[in-house]
Amino acid sequence: MQNKKQIFIPLAALIVLALFNLIMDPSFFKITMGLNSEGYQVLSGPLITILDSGSELAILAIGMTLVTAASGGQDISVGAAVAIAGSVMLRVLCGTEASVSELKAPVIVAFLIACVVAMLFGAFNGILVAYFRIQPMIATLILFTAGRSIAAWINNNRLPNISNQAFTYYGGFIPGIPIPTPFIIAVACMIVIALVMKFTTLGLYTQSVGINEHSSKLNGLNPAVIKLISFVILGLCVAVVALIKVSRVSSINYSVIAKDIEMDAILAVALGGNALSGGKFNMAASILGAYVIQFLTTTLYKFKVRSDALPAYKAVVVILLVVLSAPIVRKKLSELAKKLKPAKKEVA
Amino acid sequence: MKNKTSQNKFKNLSDTSLLLTITIIVFFVMYIGAIIFQGSGFLKAQTFFDILNDQAALIIVACGMSLVMITGGIDISVGGVVALVSMSCAVGLDYKGMNIFQAILLALGIGLAFGLVQGFLVAYLEIQPFIVTLAGMFFARGMTTIVHTDPFNVANESLVKLKDTRIHVPFMGYVNKVGNYVPAYIEIGVIVALLVVAITFVALRWTKVGRHFYAVGGNRQSAIMLGINAKRTVFLSHIICGLFAGVAGFVYFLHVGSGSPSHAAGMEMDAIASSIIGGTMLTGGVGNVIGSFFGVLSLNTIKKIVSSAGLGDAWWTGITTAAMLCLFLVVQSVVMARKRNAEQ
Amino acid sequence: MKEKAILEMKGIYKSFPGVKALQDVNFTLCEGEVHALMGENGAGKSTLIKVLTGVYEKDGGEIYLRGLEKAAVIRSPQDAQRLGISTVYQEITLCPNLSVAENMYIGRGTGVAQNWKKMNEAADKILQSLDIPAKASQQLSSCSIAIQQMVAIARAVDMECKVLILDEPTSSLDEQEVAKLFGLMRDLKKRGVGIIFVTHFLDQVYEICDKITVLRDGKLVGEYEIKDLPRVQLVSKMLGKELDDMSDIKSDAKKYEGKDADIDVFEAENLQSNAGIKPFDFHIKKGEVNGFTGLLGSGRSECVRAIFGADKVINGSVKKNGKTIRIKKPIDAMKNKIAYLPEDRKKDGIVGDLSVRDNIILATQVLRGPFKPFSKAEANKVADEYIKLLQIKTASADTPIKSLSGGNQQKVILARWLLSHPDYLILDEPTRGIDVGTKIEIQKLVLKLASEGMSVTFISSETDEMLRTCSRLVVMRDRKVVGELSGEDMTQNKIMSTIAGGGLENAE
Repeated sequence: MQNKKQIFIPLAALIVLALFNLIMDPSFFKITMGLNSEGYQVLSGPLITILDSGSELAILAIGMTLVTAASGGQDISVGAAVAIAGSVMLRVLCGTEASVSELKAPVIVAFLIACVVAMLFGAFNGILVAYFRIQPMIATLILFTAGRSIAAWINNNRLPNISNQAFTYYGGFIPGIPIPTPFIIAVACMIVIALVMKFTTLGLYTQSVGINEHSSKLNGLNPAVIKLISFVILGLCVAVVALIKVSRVSSINYSVIAKDIEMDAILAVALGGNALSGGKFNMAASILGAYVIQFLTTTLYKFKVRSDALPAYKAVVVILLVVLSAPIVRKKLSELAKKLKPAKKEVA
Repeated sequence: MKNKTSQNKFKNLSDTSLLLTITIIVFFVMYIGAIIFQGSGFLKAQTFFDILNDQAALIIVACGMSLVMITGGIDISVGGVVALVSMSCAVGLDYKGMNIFQAILLALGIGLAFGLVQGFLVAYLEIQPFIVTLAGMFFARGMTTIVHTDPFNVANESLVKLKDTRIHVPFMGYVNKVGNYVPAYIEIGVIVALLVVAITFVALRWTKVGRHFYAVGGNRQSAIMLGINAKRTVFLSHIICGLFAGVAGFVYFLHVGSGSPSHAAGMEMDAIASSIIGGTMLTGGVGNVIGSFFGVLSLNTIKKIVSSAGLGDAWWTGITTAAMLCLFLVVQSVVMARKRNAEQ
Repeated sequence: MKEKAILEMKGIYKSFPGVKALQDVNFTLCEGEVHALMGENGAGKSTLIKVLTGVYEKDGGEIYLRGLEKAAVIRSPQDAQRLGISTVYQEITLCPNLSVAENMYIGRGTGVAQNWKKMNEAADKILQSLDIPAKASQQLSSCSIAIQQMVAIARAVDMECKVLILDEPTSSLDEQEVAKLFGLMRDLKKRGVGIIFVTHFLDQVYEICDKITVLRDGKLVGEYEIKDLPRVQLVSKMLGKELDDMSDIKSDAKKYEGKDADIDVFEAENLQSNAGIKPFDFHIKKGEVNGFTGLLGSGRSECVRAIFGADKVINGSVKKNGKTIRIKKPIDAMKNKIAYLPEDRKKDGIVGDLSVRDNIILATQVLRGPFKPFSKAEANKVADEYIKLLQIKTASADTPIKSLSGGNQQKVILARWLLSHPDYLILDEPTRGIDVGTKIEIQKLVLKLASEGMSVTFISSETDEMLRTCSRLVVMRDRKVVGELSGEDMTQNKIMSTIAGGGLENAE
C-alpha cells in the first residue's frame, strides 16, 4: 500500500518545480525542433535537456535502489566506478594511442569488457558487504578513493581522444532520430529492469533480505548472495552510464567524469520515498526521483548557480528530506498534528 | 580458571592496546624498511619532520574522526570543512580586513557550527551519521566555491610571517653538500597537532566523559543501562570533531597559505584510513588517538615510499591509501575474530 | 508491610494492546531470601520485572520499599537503581570493550577525572570480598560469561542494592559456573540482600531458593515455601491443568489410514547442532502428529531447528522416506518437503513490511527458483485461497503483514508453509501469543492435515494442547531427550513427572 503512495513524493516535488519554473519563465517548457551542429533535425529545449542529462542518474538509480533495498546501505563508489568503466572502454577503443579516428575494436566489445570490469568491481564491494559484513558505505569508501586513480592508471594517465562520428551517437543523437540517445538508453534500461522484475523474483528476494534477514534465511534464501547480486547489477548500470558519459565527450577526464553522481543517485532513491535503511522499494519512484533531481539541477543552472556550488544547494535538500523522513521527526509531527486538530479522530 | 588466564597473554591485552601495538610496530617496520631499501632520504630527520609539517592538519582531523568513530559514528564532512575554513580565512584576511585572531575565531566558529548541526541531527534526530555528514561534506564543498571561486595565495603579511615561522629542532639537522649545517625544523601547525593529540589522549583516558565515549561505542544499550547519557555523548563527539576540523582548517591554511576549492580533497578519506590503520574499529568502542597519529604517519610514509620508488604519479596515492585501508580492515577483522575465538 | 519485607508489589496491572500482561499481581520479597519467580512464556514474569525496574510504566497497583513512607515512583532504570533495585539480565548489559573496574564504576558518581588507581583498588577489593576470580584491570570481554555476570552483580552490590533481580542468569553457564554464581548469591543473602531469581531450570530453583511465586497468564497463581511445593506440583502450577471444553477435539479427528501409515517419513540419528543440544534420535511416521515437550529452554526448539537446518548441524545423519539426505541449510530441508514454522514469529517468521500475499508465496517462490515468479494473478489467487481457507482477517492481500494481529500473522506463516505442500510440517509454538479461538483453529487444522497424510511435529508450552493433538511426545530436559511417551502414558501427571525428573513418586 505504502508502496503505491510513495510515488507521490517525487511527483509532488516535480509539480512544485514545474510550477516554480512556469511562474518564473514560461519559456522553460518550450520544445523546438531544429538543426543541430551535425545538421540533423533534433528536439531541443530545457525539458529535453532534463530528459537527456538525467539519463545517467536514472540508470544509476535503478541499481542504487536494489543495493539500498538488499543491504540497507548505499554504494558511494559509483562515480569512481564510472570512471573505471569509461577508462576501460577507451583503453579498448584506442589501444595505447592518444587520439584515434579509427576505433581499434567494435564499440560493443569495449562495452562488454567494461561491463565485466564494472561488475567485478561491484562484486568486490558486494563481497566486502555480504561476506565481511562491513557497512556498505565504508566498504565502498575503498573504491571511492581508489577508483579514479585506478581509472587513470588503466590508461597510463593519458586522456585518449576519439574523433569518430559514430561513437558520439550514444551520448548525442543518432542521425534521423530527434530524441537524445541517452534517454533512449535509459528507457531501454527501464524496460529491461521492468522485465527482470516481472520475470524473475529479484524484487521479492531483495526486499525480503532487506526487511528481515533471519526470516529470509529460514525461507531458504541466501542473504549474502542476494546482496552480492544487487551490487553486481549496480555494476552493470555503472557500465551503461560510463558508455553514455564517455560518448558525450568522446574522451575522459578522470577527476571530473560522473563527479558527485553518487550523491545524486542516493538522493534519487531517498526522493523516491524509499527507506535508506533498506527493505521495501518502489523502482518507478526512484527513477522519477532521478529526473526530479535533474530538474532541480537544470533549474538552478538557469538561475546562474555555478556547477561547483550546486552541491551546497542539494545538500540542503537532502538534509530537509532526511530530517522530514526521520522516524523521530515524523512522530513529533504527527503528535503535533493531533494536538492541532483534536476534534478530528484519526482514521487508521 | 588459572590455566585459562595464563594460557593467553594476547587475550588479556585490551582491544585498544592490541591494535595500537600492531600499528606502532607496522609503522616502525615500514620506516626502517624504507631506510634500508630506499636509503639516505629517509635517514634525514627532516624527511620525517616534513611528513609532520605536511600532515599536521590531517593529524588533527584524524583525532576528531577517531573520537566519532569510537562512539560508533563517522564524519565525512571534515575534508570539506577544512577547505571551507581555509577559503573563508583567506577571503577574510585579504578582502574583509580581518586580523589573524579574527580568522582563528572564524575557523573555530565554522567547525563548531558544523559539529553542532551534524551532531544534533545524528544524536537527537537519530539520522544515519553517514548521510548527515555526506550532506555536510557537499554543503561545505559547495559553500567553499560560493565564498570564493578561484584559488588564490594570501598576501596578508602577518599570516605569511606566521606561515614561514620555523621552529628548529636541536641536534636533528644535517650538513649539506656545501658543508653548511642545515637545522631540522617543524612548523607551528605541528605544535598545534601534537597538543591536540596530547589533550585528546588525556581526555579519553583520564576523564569520565572520555570513558563514556568508549562505553557508548562498545554497546550503546548497555551504556544507557549503566546510566550514561548516550545521546549527549554522541552529540559531544560530533561537536569536538567539528571543532577539530575547524582547527585543522586553520592549520592547513597556515601550511599552504592559500584558499582553494580543491584544498583538502579526499582528506576525510585519509582521516578515516588513518584512524582505521591506527586501530580504531569501525564498529566503535575501540581506538586511540595515539594510534591515529601513527596511522597518519604510516599512511604518509608509505605514500613517500611509493613516490620515491619512482611511482610519482598522483593516482598511485589513491590506490595506495585504498590498499592500506583494505588491508587493515581485513587485518582488524581477522585479529578480532581470532581473539574472540581465543576467548571462547 | 510485613516485618521482614523489603519490597512489596500490590495489585499490579499492566496491559499491552490486545493483551492483559499482568492482572492484580502481588509479590513480596523479604530481606535475605532468594525468591524464585516462575512461569511459562507469556506468564508475565518479565513484564513484572520490567515494571519493577521502570522499563514499563504500570497501569495500576503500588510498589512499596522498606524505608519509604509512600509508594515508590519508578519511571526509569535509573530511578530503580537509585532506590536500590538492581538487575542482572540474561544478556550482559555491560560494555565488553571496557575493563572490569570501569564496568563497575562507569556512569556513577561525580567528578571529572578518572582515577584509575583508586578505581582499580576499590574494584579489586570488592571482587576479592565476593570471591570473584577477575582482575579489575582486565578487559571485560576476556572474562567468561559467568564472570561477566558476577561483575554485573558486583556493580549492583557496590551500589548498595537491597533488591537484586537475576533474570535467567544461568542459561548460558556450565555447572561449575552456576555453582560459583550460587556461592555468590548465598553470600549476598547473608548480607541481607533480597534476590529475585528468574530461571527455567527446576534443579536450580530447588537448590538455591527459599520461596517460589508462580505466575500464569498474567495472573498470580500463588506464593509457596520451597519445602511445601514438590516439583511435580510446581510444574502443574506453571502449566495449569484446567482443560477447556475443547479437550476432546482429538476424538473427533480421523486418523490417517493409508497403506503407508507405518512408514517413517523422517528419521534422524545422533543429530546434533551447534546450538548446544545433546545428540538425539528421532523419527516420525506418515500422518502422525508428535511433539517435543519440556520447559522453555529445555532444547525443544533447538531440536527442530537442527532438523530443518536452521542451526548448523555438526553431527548425525537423517533419512527422508528411507533415503539418506543431507540437510545443511533450510533450502535443503525445503527441497525435501520439510516445512518449519519458527518459534519467534517476529524475528524469524514474518517479513514485516511485505504484504500478506508476498509473505504467503515467499517459501514456495524460493522453491520454484528465481526465474519462475508467481504472476500477479496467480499470487492473488493462492493468497485469496489461503486467506479464505485459514480465515485470515486482513483488509486485503496487499496489507503489510506487520499490521495484522499476532494470530493472523501466524496463520499467514502457516499458509506460507501449507502452500509449499510439505509432507513433514514442523510447528514450533504456533499458538504462542494468540487468542484462544485461533489456538483451537490451529489445533484442529493440525489434526486435519495429519488425517490427510501429513506428518506434523507440534511444539507448545501448553501441555493440554499437546495432549489434544499429539499421539506421541518426546520429553526434554536440560537440552537432552529424557523420555518418550505415547498411548496410555500420555497424561498430564506423567508428562510433568518426566519433565521434572526424579520426582515420579510424588506424582500420584
